[in-house]
Order: sequence, then structure tokens, then C-alpha cells
Amino acid sequence: MSLHIRNGRVVEASSSAERVVDIYLQNGKIVGLGSAPNGFRAEQTIDANNHLILPGLIDCQARLRDPGEPEKANIESETLAAIKNGITSLCIPPDTQPPIDNSATVELIHHRNEMFGHQARVYPIGALTRGLGGDQLSNMASLQANGCIAFSNAKHPLANNLVQRRAMDYAAGQQALVIIQPIDHDLLGDGCAHEGAIATRLGLPAIPEAAETAALARDIELVEQTGARTHFGQLSCARSVDILRRAKAKGLPVSADCAIHQLFLTDHDIGLFDSNMLTIPPLRSQYDRDALREAVADGSIDCLCSDHQPHEIDAKLKPFPSAQPGVSGLDTLLPLALRLVAEEVMPLGPLMAKLTSNPATIFGLPGGKIGVGEVADLIIVDPDSHWECDPAHFVSKGKNTPFRGWDFDGSVTHTLIDGKVIYEA
Amino acid sequence: MPNSNLQLDDNGRLRHFLSIEGLDQAILTEILDTAKSFTSVADRPVKKVPILRGKTVANLFFEASTRTRSTFELAEQRLSADILSLNVDTSATAKGESLLDTLQNLEAMQIDMFVIRHQDSGSAHFFAQHVRPGVSVLNAGDGQHEHPTQAMLDMYTIRHYKKDFTGLRVAIVGDILHSRVARSQIHALNLLNTAEVRVIAPRTLMPVAVESLGVRVYDDLEQGLADVDVIIMLRLQRERMRGALLPSEKEYFRRFGLTQERLGRAHPDAIVMHPGPANRGVEIESSVMDGNQSVILQQVSFGISVRMAVMSMIVGQSGLQSGGDA
Repeated sequence: MSLHIRNGRVVEASSSAERVVDIYLQNGKIVGLGSAPNGFRAEQTIDANNHLILPGLIDCQARLRDPGEPEKANIESETLAAIKNGITSLCIPPDTQPPIDNSATVELIHHRNEMFGHQARVYPIGALTRGLGGDQLSNMASLQANGCIAFSNAKHPLANNLVQRRAMDYAAGQQALVIIQPIDHDLLGDGCAHEGAIATRLGLPAIPEAAETAALARDIELVEQTGARTHFGQLSCARSVDILRRAKAKGLPVSADCAIHQLFLTDHDIGLFDSNMLTIPPLRSQYDRDALREAVADGSIDCLCSDHQPHEIDAKLKPFPSAQPGVSGLDTLLPLALRLVAEEVMPLGPLMAKLTSNPATIFGLPGGKIGVGEVADLIIVDPDSHWECDPAHFVSKGKNTPFRGWDFDGSVTHTLIDGKVIYEA
Repeated sequence: MPNSNLQLDDNGRLRHFLSIEGLDQAILTEILDTAKSFTSVADRPVKKVPILRGKTVANLFFEASTRTRSTFELAEQRLSADILSLNVDTSATAKGESLLDTLQNLEAMQIDMFVIRHQDSGSAHFFAQHVRPGVSVLNAGDGQHEHPTQAMLDMYTIRHYKKDFTGLRVAIVGDILHSRVARSQIHALNLLNTAEVRVIAPRTLMPVAVESLGVRVYDDLEQGLADVDVIIMLRLQRERMRGALLPSEKEYFRRFGLTQERLGRAHPDAIVMHPGPANRGVEIESSVMDGNQSVILQQVSFGISVRMAVMSMIVGQSGLQSGGDA
């Protein structure tokens, strides 16, 4: 299979320079940039005039709800949502039902993706502890051998600091990446909104910043103790960014992401109890939002993710504190990223690195770059297409979006995985 | 989409009664004036007016209540409504029925008005967003958010004794953090141009950024009571000792209990209020509760008129026009 993409605009991840370049693909790889290799004959040609060519997005945190929660979503529905929205790789946290704590579940996910998926790459993250119970280590070596790219306890607490220390030690011994979403569950309590004027006014049980920062500071101490390579997921507050910066300045092996909705929304958006604004960690203050944007721009935060959590309608049709947290994010990941460029938070090249080459490097995944010899996971984007966000048109089974009615620019016209066009608008 | 005018119809009239926040001074004053016109009903030999005749009101209490529920029921009876009262936590939702299903099943019984108490903040707005057009929701307490009829009966009590809000200093003492009553009171007092609203509590029971609601914050009772005209004591829930919010009832009383001596810090004509039920010897000394500055029992009787007023305004009548008996 060989393919020639003509006249597309390519943005280098390292710089924001843009150039019009022809791209030549063969046998799943990029074989030529600018000029075709000798003897290249295209079986298919795509004219990408005035379109952007980007590496396929790598979403480092997306729940597909499979196995276990078919009322919310499944691999079939969500991988289709992924490829139609330019996401070619999905890292899925271990809190499926049953959790990803044994090889059979890993194989089940791969099997379902082969049978029903839409060719997106799906990367299970293994449970750090058995059943995510927080007290016994999972069989990390066999999980790793079966393709788990990292280990995490998702949002489930570990029994105590000793278990955490040992889990990190054990993972470090097999050069595995540990992913931690820093949450102090005592400080989280039954909270559902950022501790501040809005939660006070609405009488919503509040979540202090310390629910994240106290856990993060402890976790970083344990990184220093164990040397475990650790990625912190879905940071939400300014003080977390400070802690992260200090850890990076010390040269600790840490990286971090934040959910892209945190760069746009604040607790003000809760309005009068809009349950689509219920997330954990919560939408925080304007100050936190601005600090996260700055941290993304200066490289303190390495990756952006959708933190995709699709829900059935009923999960949000409840009073705010009783609704289920989370945002259906696959359909809005790319348009929100492009909006960060439009709002001049970051130029396109370095921004796309947060969604492509950085997660590829941190999680050890193929793709994420446009260069000769790289895997041909590419998307073609019409940057000028203008649309209004309407959850009824979401591809994801989850229609729970806080972005209803937002104006977006940019839509995917083609998605290629392994050099093959798997989606064409 | 939720909006702040969910409570008002296109003509600015009350459609639901969900929160004091989002209303204006004119509506609050109208509620107080309307309530005044209803106080005479209680003195009649036949304590009924026909304003809600032919209407069905459902009292939906997902949380236990004695005082609020019984004054709502009395208010409904005096307005001649048909009444359906349900303790929902012991019936439908315990069997797994969703909140919305419960609501819709009741709507099928042609309910005109729901009086709802629910443990989730925002539940009143949630119900109001999902009832059929023409059906009204009255918030009888939603989580830690608001309890607007309680606040209005408190405003009625204050106006009854103090006539005007503009020169008043009002102190709210106790568990502000968990109190829906306090939130509604703060909004109401500010909308009615109260000169100064103070909140007094241990820091563990004070919500962060509470000053953004328009209050002055005190963590010392004696300082906070200096020269106030109205003291509103809040009930201290026993379960607050468990979450390490407070050491003991005894220690709470030592710092925040209202004693005769501390009452002396306030203006000599200060009135003492309590939304009930009060814990004698925990937040308030018996002699203060039963003393001549206490208006706690009067609050309860005003509660009926205020709830009659809100319900009558929702069905489009501002009080007793003809005064006809049912």
C-alpha cells in the first residue's frame, strides 16, 4: 500500500514553522517528505491543499467503558469517535469492570478492539494493585508482557503510603512507568466542587486544593525515594504546578498531563448546578486555569488529554452532587486544542507536541511525529471549517459535554493509521 | 439551560420558589406584605381561604422534617389545597426508582405544586428544570444550599420587631458551613439592605470565601455580638463532633453558646432568633431561649403566614383581596 498526500501544511512539533510538503507513505511508514523515494509509485493520492497534516493524536487518558459499562460506551463506539476526531491512539485507565489487573482482561480488550474496533490503537494501563483494591500488588510483569504500557490505580486509593512506596519500587524494578492521579481521599471526602466562593454560594461540598497537592507532594517524595518514573495525571490547580516545577527542577523522573477542559472551564461555569460541569478533579478557579495554561505553555505540563468519561444520559440527570463526574471529551479534544492556538496560549507546533510526540515519548508508543521512517499515523485537518458544538452530533456514545453551543474551528477530513486511510469525512 | 430567572415567569412574577438568590427586593417585600395580610386568617373561627381550592400540593420530603413540613401542611390546608405528603426516603427511591421517575409519577397524578426537601444542594433547581410547564416547585431545603421560606419567615420576624432593615446589624451564629438557612438569610438580609450582616463560627464550620456573600466574618462570639440588633442562632448538628469539626458540645458552648452574659454585648433591644429545633445548653442557654428577648416561638407562627404568602403568589394572588372564606 502506498499513498501520496499532496500540498498539505506540515507543522514541526519542535518549532511552529509551517511548510507545504508532499508526504509519501508506504507499508505503514512515512517514506518521503518533500520528495518521493526512488521508484515510489502512489496507489492513492490525497490532495490536502490548504489542509493541515498532523500526527494522529495520542490521548493519554480516555475511558472506553469496555469491559463492563455498555450503557455508557464500548470499544466500538469510542474508537469510532476517536478516529473521526483525529485520535489514533488511546491509553485506557485500569478502572474497567473488571479492572485491568490480569492478563485475561488485557487480552479481552485487545480482542474486542480487533473484532469491533475501528483500528485506533488501544493501550491498556494495568492496575497497580489487585482489583484496584489498594493493598496487594498486581502481577505487573505479566501485565507488562501482555502489553500494559504503564501502571496506575486510577482514582482508587492505595491503603497507605507503604503500599504506594512498594508499588513504586516494584514497578521501578521492571522499568515500568507509574501513573498517579494525585488524590487525598480524606480531603476529597464527598466534595463535588472547588473550595471557593462558588461552592460556598451554592452550598456544594467543597474540594480543597490540598486534596490534590497534599497527595502530589507525598507522591513526589516517594518518587525521590524510589526513583520510579512517574506520570501525574489530570492536575487541576496552580499549587500543583508549583510542586511539579520543583520536582522537575530537581531532575526527578516525573511528567504530567492535564485534562484539556481544565484549560477552558472554571467553577463559575457550574452556573446553577449544571451537572455537565461536574468533574473530579473539580473545575477550579480562574487563577488555577490561568496557571495551568501557563504550565502547558512553558512545558511544565507535558501532555494534554481528553480525560474522556462518557456517560449514559441518566448519569447526569440528577442533582449536581449526585450526578456522576466526568466529561465526554473525544469529540472536543482537537477543536479545543486548536482553540488554544487561536487564543494564543501556544503556537500550533509545540501545542501539538502535547497531544502527539510527548505522550509517545513518555508512554513509549509509536507515532506522534512526522518524519521519514516514522509510523504513518496521520490526520488531515481542515482548519477553516467552522462548527457549533452540539452533543447530538457527537460520535462518542457519551453526550455529556460542558461545551454545548461553543463555536469551534477545524475538523478532521482524513485519519490514517499505519499508512491506511481508516476514516474520510 | 439553567438560568437565574428560572424562578420568575416572563412578567417577573414568582413561578417557582427555589432560592433567595436570584430574587429582588421588590419580590421579598411583596412576600412579607402578603404574609402580613394572612396573619388575620389564623384568628378567624374558620381558618381557611379558597386561594388553592382545587389545586393539589405534594409535600416531598426526602429528609426528615417536623417543623417545616407541618407548617407547610398547615399553610396548604388554610389555603384550601388538596394535599399529598410523602416521606420519599422510605418509599420509592429506596427501591431504586430514580428521582426523576418519582417526580414524573407524581406529576401523572396532576400535582400543581411540589414542596420539596432533598439532601442534595441544587435539587430544587433540578426539579424545577424538569417539571411540566405550569407545575411549580417550592424549595423546603436543598442540601446546604438554601431554605428560602425559612429565611423569609426570619425576615418577617425581624421586620415585625424592628420595622426596617436599613439600620440593623444582624449576627448569624453557628454552623454556617452546613447551613442552608444561613445562606438564604444572608441573601435576604442583603437584598433588604441590612446595614451589616455578620457570621460568627469556629473556622471549621465557616465556608471559605464566605465574605463574598456580603458578610463580615468573626471567629469570636463576644466581638461579633457587639452592638447587634438581631442574633440568629443556628442549630448545631450532633454529627459535627464525628468529622473532627468540633471537639465537644461542651467546648462549643464555651466558645459559641449564647449566654445571658454574652447577650449583654448586643444592643439592649436585640432579639434572639433560632430556626429550630434548638439544643438547649449547646448553642443557647435555656434562660436566653426562654427570656424576654427571645422571639423563637413567634418565628414558628409567622412561618405559616409566610408559606401561605409564597404559595398564593405562585398561583397569581398577592394575598387576601376579597377576604372570602372557603
